[in-house]
Amino acid sequence: MNAPVAVEAERPLATTRLTVPGMKCAGCIGKIERELPKLPGIAAARANFSAKRVAIRHDPALGEDALTAALLNLGFEAQPVADNSLGDDSKERKTLNRALGVAGFGMMNVMLLSVSVWSGADGATRELFHWLSALIALPVIAYAGRPFFASAWMALKHRRTNMDVPISIGVLLATGLSLYETITGGAHAFFDSAVMLLFFLLAGRALDAEMRTRTRAGIGALLGRMGKSASVIAPDGSTRRVAARDLDPGMMVLVAAGEALAADGEVVEGTSALDNAMLTGESAPEPVGPGAVVHAGAINLSAPIRVRLTRVAEDTALAEIARLMDEAGQSRSHYVRIADRASRLYAPVVHTLALIAFAGWMIAGAGWHTSLTIAIAVLIITCPCAMGLAVPAAQVVASGALLRRGLLVKDGSALERLAECDVALFDKTGTLTLGEPRADVSGLDPEARAVALGLAQTSRHPLSRGLAAALLRGGVTPAAIDDLREVSGAGLTGRWQGVEVALERPAEASAALATTLRIGDARQTITFADPLRADAAATLAVLAQEGIAASILSGDRAAPVAAVAQALGLTAQAEASPQAKLAMLEALKAQGRRPLMVGDGLNDGPALAAAHASIAPGTASDASQQAADAVFIGEGLMPVALAVRVARRTMRIVRENFGFSILYNLLAVPLALLGLVTPLVAAVAMSVSSLVVVANSLRLARSANP
Amino acid sequence: MTGLAILIPIALGMGLLGLAAFFWSMKDGQYDDMDGAAHRILIDEEDEA
Repeated sequence: MNAPVAVEAERPLATTRLTVPGMKCAGCIGKIERELPKLPGIAAARANFSAKRVAIRHDPALGEDALTAALLNLGFEAQPVADNSLGDDSKERKTLNRALGVAGFGMMNVMLLSVSVWSGADGATRELFHWLSALIALPVIAYAGRPFFASAWMALKHRRTNMDVPISIGVLLATGLSLYETITGGAHAFFDSAVMLLFFLLAGRALDAEMRTRTRAGIGALLGRMGKSASVIAPDGSTRRVAARDLDPGMMVLVAAGEALAADGEVVEGTSALDNAMLTGESAPEPVGPGAVVHAGAINLSAPIRVRLTRVAEDTALAEIARLMDEAGQSRSHYVRIADRASRLYAPVVHTLALIAFAGWMIAGAGWHTSLTIAIAVLIITCPCAMGLAVPAAQVVASGALLRRGLLVKDGSALERLAECDVALFDKTGTLTLGEPRADVSGLDPEARAVALGLAQTSRHPLSRGLAAALLRGGVTPAAIDDLREVSGAGLTGRWQGVEVALERPAEASAALATTLRIGDARQTITFADPLRADAAATLAVLAQEGIAASILSGDRAAPVAAVAQALGLTAQAEASPQAKLAMLEALKAQGRRPLMVGDGLNDGPALAAAHASIAPGTASDASQQAADAVFIGEGLMPVALAVRVARRTMRIVRENFGFSILYNLLAVPLALLGLVTPLVAAVAMSVSSLVVVANSLRLARSANP
Repeated sequence: MTGLAILIPIALGMGLLGLAAFFWSMKDGQYDDMDGAAHRILIDEEDEA
């Protein structure tokens, strides 16, 4: 028992992280952590349920493929994690959490001392307590206030203002005044208010960061891998792998079946079928032969082909789309979040009020010390504590509610923009429809089903995969087929119990996708359909209730688009190129509309980036998921409508929270102006307003329920 | 006043202890998988062997 462990310990173990999106319950965690270490070479497995990841400590000899296969044996699909996906977000979150901890410690201890002062401590005791408070508060403010000071400084340097400017001014002035009071032995120190303010605001920031890391981990779990290299054939016939960026025009590459093209080119030898869904959104595979033009991003389905490259790296059609996406995404970075918009109005008012208070009391002859104290009290009492919490609290609760319904919203700004959309554009393939051909196998007898599965499961062709999936769902056991051959563009042939069997292209060409199953001389046609998502109509109805008109904007052929449009009662534009889609969105925006784009293909990428807000399904291409504001998982389309509905409810709650903050200020500011605000009043007012705002936001927790 | 000289350091020390515990737990990765922790309680720890 001990021997193998000892042997393994001699070699350093490698750690590999895999994303396992299918991890859904305690049983899954238990199964993975219990079963994986039983396999040779695997020392330990640790699941992270929130990020849907498994960290495996294993023998370095074991590759990613072996680990993925091991997880697949347990019933979980897994993918290696890209290195940089954890990145800065979790670092930012940790910094905020640490600052929050320090602020919390400071707040409790300073409050302990403040309560004694409010209860009547005076003379030497009060002075001692003020000094102790200063000793605790100064380092705490210096540490916990950094996120605000840094952000405010950046804004001021660019001659802008944001929420952090009034916060920083308020905190610094309150601290400065309290320090002066402490040194001169005065009665009122506001250390507790300054630290409490930082604590509440940091809580808001930490919530905001938490939301972003949580959903990004989820989206990272969905991202797959793309072919980023090619097999280049040297003149002597040998092949070597070359990274996509090092390819040159004129190179001859060999594209194996199942491989993605890394550059644009022309087929020189071989016939095959290409899956162009990434580029065009077209679901039917495109047959290619010598002379055909092929594009990077297409996946070679059936047989190896030789391709002479014409355009590489930055010149490919794919790179062109990426460039369009980049440019289209620029406009979104100019979007100003609601909190900053509010503070643009808020900050000047507050600062003017404080100045007026100072000037007023000076004129009234109160002396500069009293006047300054009152002016700072105005700043403290109006410091946007509730406002700083108003937006993140509501958005975090809402995004949590949406997450449970299968929609990952990337950040708070996405929720704000989603709420403002007034017209929706849907891609067809993969968005309104499921994006994969589903076979109709009802006409086959059990024997034919077994043969069809035996044939189909060996092929990577989308129709074969769709057929195999449909049969496996029906509980069919595959028949044993010998002598299997796949002829590109023609089909699969094999031998079953001495009879020749085949899955072939149907004899007569028709619009619908179909394949012919031949057993001996008997022929049967199996048709395929790319069905609409079951709740597509219901989703559009909910969107209509919200006052959002929908239409279809597809790159697919006119006939299938028209059929879907008719079934759903929508207007449609077919055969739109990525540029045309982008132009359509720009035109809508020029009319003052705020379009919501829902699409999955790379051809939707520029449109997704340009739209006011965008949503992509979890099956979308990597680039589209990156460009979209939100990603929905599963076969239903309803999360799209829910997202809009919840986003609007969230903004209503945020506005309520703002309204409450304003009401609170209307009550508190006159008190402050009259000089009636003591540190006690400030502390009570601040906590009550923050609690009310958080409680109001919690009402969103059930907002995504039907 | 002598009471204060004892009680205040105790209060501060306990606060610092809490802060240190929070930092340690964060470094230890105890907040990395909050949903997982909720589920782990349901896993049967008994060996099947």
